[in-house]
Amino acid sequence: MSTLVIAEHDNASLKPATLCAVAAAQALGADIDILVAGEACSGAGDAAAAVAGVSKVLVADNAAYAHQLAENVALLVAELGANYDNILAPDTSNGKNTLPRVAALLDVGQISDIVSVESADTFKRPIYAGNVIATVQSSDAKKVITVRSTAFDGVSAEGGSASIEAIDSAHDAGISSFVSEELAVSDRPELTAADVVISGGRGMQNGENFAMLESVADKLGAAVGASRAAVDAGFVPNDMQVGQTGKIVAPDLYIAVGISGAIQHLAGMKDSKVIVAINKDEDAPIFQVADYGLVADLFNAVPELDAAL
Amino acid sequence: MKVLVAVKRVVDYNVKVRAKADGSDVDLNNVKMAINPFCEIAVEEAVRLKEAGTATEVIAVSIGDKSCQEQIRTALALGADRGIQVETEGAAEPLIVAKLLKGVVEKEQPQLVILGKQSIDGDNNQTGQMLGALTNMPQGTFASEVAIDGDKLNVTREVDGGMQTLSLSLPAIVTTDLRLNEPRYASLPNIMKAKKKQLDVYSPADLGVEPKAHLTTLKVEPPAERQAGIIVESVEQLVDKLKNEAKVI
Ligand SMILES: Cc1cc2nc3c(=O)[nH]c(=O)nc-3n(C[C@H](O)[C@H](O)[C@H](O)COP(=O)(O)OP(=O)(O)OC[C@H]3O[C@@H](n4cnc5c(N)ncnc54)[C@H](O)[C@@H]3O)c2cc1C
Ligand SMILES: Nc1ncnc2c1ncn2[C@@H]1O[C@H](COP(=O)(O)O)[C@@H](O)[C@H]1O
Repeated sequence: MSTLVIAEHDNASLKPATLCAVAAAQALGADIDILVAGEACSGAGDAAAAVAGVSKVLVADNAAYAHQLAENVALLVAELGANYDNILAPDTSNGKNTLPRVAALLDVGQISDIVSVESADTFKRPIYAGNVIATVQSSDAKKVITVRSTAFDGVSAEGGSASIEAIDSAHDAGISSFVSEELAVSDRPELTAADVVISGGRGMQNGENFAMLESVADKLGAAVGASRAAVDAGFVPNDMQVGQTGKIVAPDLYIAVGISGAIQHLAGMKDSKVIVAINKDEDAPIFQVADYGLVADLFNAVPELDAAL
Repeated sequence: MKVLVAVKRVVDYNVKVRAKADGSDVDLNNVKMAINPFCEIAVEEAVRLKEAGTATEVIAVSIGDKSCQEQIRTALALGADRGIQVETEGAAEPLIVAKLLKGVVEKEQPQLVILGKQSIDGDNNQTGQMLGALTNMPQGTFASEVAIDGDKLNVTREVDGGMQTLSLSLPAIVTTDLRLNEPRYASLPNIMKAKKKQLDVYSPADLGVEPKAHLTTLKVEPPAERQAGIIVESVEQLVDKLKNEAKVI
């Protein structure tokens, strides 16, 4: 038995979600290899070789994989996947973009977003915005799986000594190309990896007011998130959306400010260890999942909190 | 340019779905059903392309039992020109849906296929990408902007770190994200007109597909419930609790 984990990386280093996918792979009990596909990605390849519990790292360094174009990477993974029983990717936008293409090329049904491994062919995954957990069994010989990062504690990034193998296959489907990207730059931790997250909703009223949350975030070493309403209204960029159709987070502390607690928002944060809600409406559903609720006007409470820290 | 839009019938997004007591399935008795919100955005985008003179015809396709004709009619009321239902018993998994959509693509030869990024019932986020692989078309998933540029399609995507723009050759696949557009409401006259629009029904066999399940749901259960905690009286008390009780700051 063997498992191939598709690394999430930026060519220079591995993203923490990769370590969570390796943890899920360990639960499958098979030998684990990691694929690093990218361009000038030896940094990420070396980092993958140091991950605990990994046998081999495959490094496919080619211009065709520079921007993780799904059309190209899927061809590579489908080819390499022939030798594996399981193919796993983290629940990142790259993982979600590429893996279903791999599954279809291999004629395998994909199991998305698993939260536990029950046996070699049976997995649990949330459906209906996490209101229900389904136990799903695959009848395919090969399993193609994305892993919900928040459900698996990442393995150690150190202590491993995997061998590194260069992969020469260059698959360029020639049907898509990269034009540009606008990536958010922030000194704060990444939303999905932060120990503390403070999120704002429609109650924040505008983007400038998010500065209040940023100030608290900087004191707590927190990442800043948002509800869909805050993103739709243009207060903050889309990559800050927490929820069923945004990012899934499970920090030690989640502070929801001016967020009502719609099902779709709860789906993205209700596995946080401690939840704090600040809302002026005592009937807001967010209080039903909050460990500590404060019924208050956020424009008084947040500056007070900032001062108290 | 012909545009194909895939629309799915799902539970309305306001409904809090529960597992049946015996764990066999979710309880959908007397629950309000609707067009998947991401599919509604897909229809809106296609209709806008038609209004802009880029698209010549918009075809809405849904896969499911007869009840999904309701969602096809919704798409027709929003401005799609005609509908196709592929008749299956109950819900089909993404790989089967993708194979059936491939059959429709071969029949209709669209230049653009727009799907939602995710069904809000199964939360799969698979079908568009699978269709891309099966038809060898490029994909612009999680789209927040699409623009035709000669014989190419530029798609701006919502990705983890921000936004990314790709150039795809046509025919291509797009899956919608929330910020692509704000769908219109269907007017009453358009709802009436939609009832008369053409709606063809195919069987999987008509499309040369034999649906074979790869996945079986063994059981469904409620998630671990969170207990509501306490209401604190002041910021001061909150900070004290976080420091000394929860020990998270
Ligand atoms: C297909 C689909 C997908 C979705 N995906 C997501 C998702 O991934 N993530 C997500 O978040 N949502 C998602 N939604 C949207 C979701 O249904 C809600 O509309 C959204 O979460 C509401 O955001 P909100 O709580 O900020 O706004 P509201 O519901 O308007 O709540 C604002 C809250 O702020 C409080 N407030 C206002 N002023 C103050 C003040 N001065 N002080 C204190 N409190 C104040 C109010 O009491 C209220 O409770 C999705 C919806 C659909 C249909
Ligand atoms: N039964 C179906 N009929 C029509 N379209 C579907 C169906 N299932 C999925 N789709 C399309 O695929 C998208 C993504 O669904 P999924 O992969 O299930 O998350 C949906 O938004 C639809 O556009």
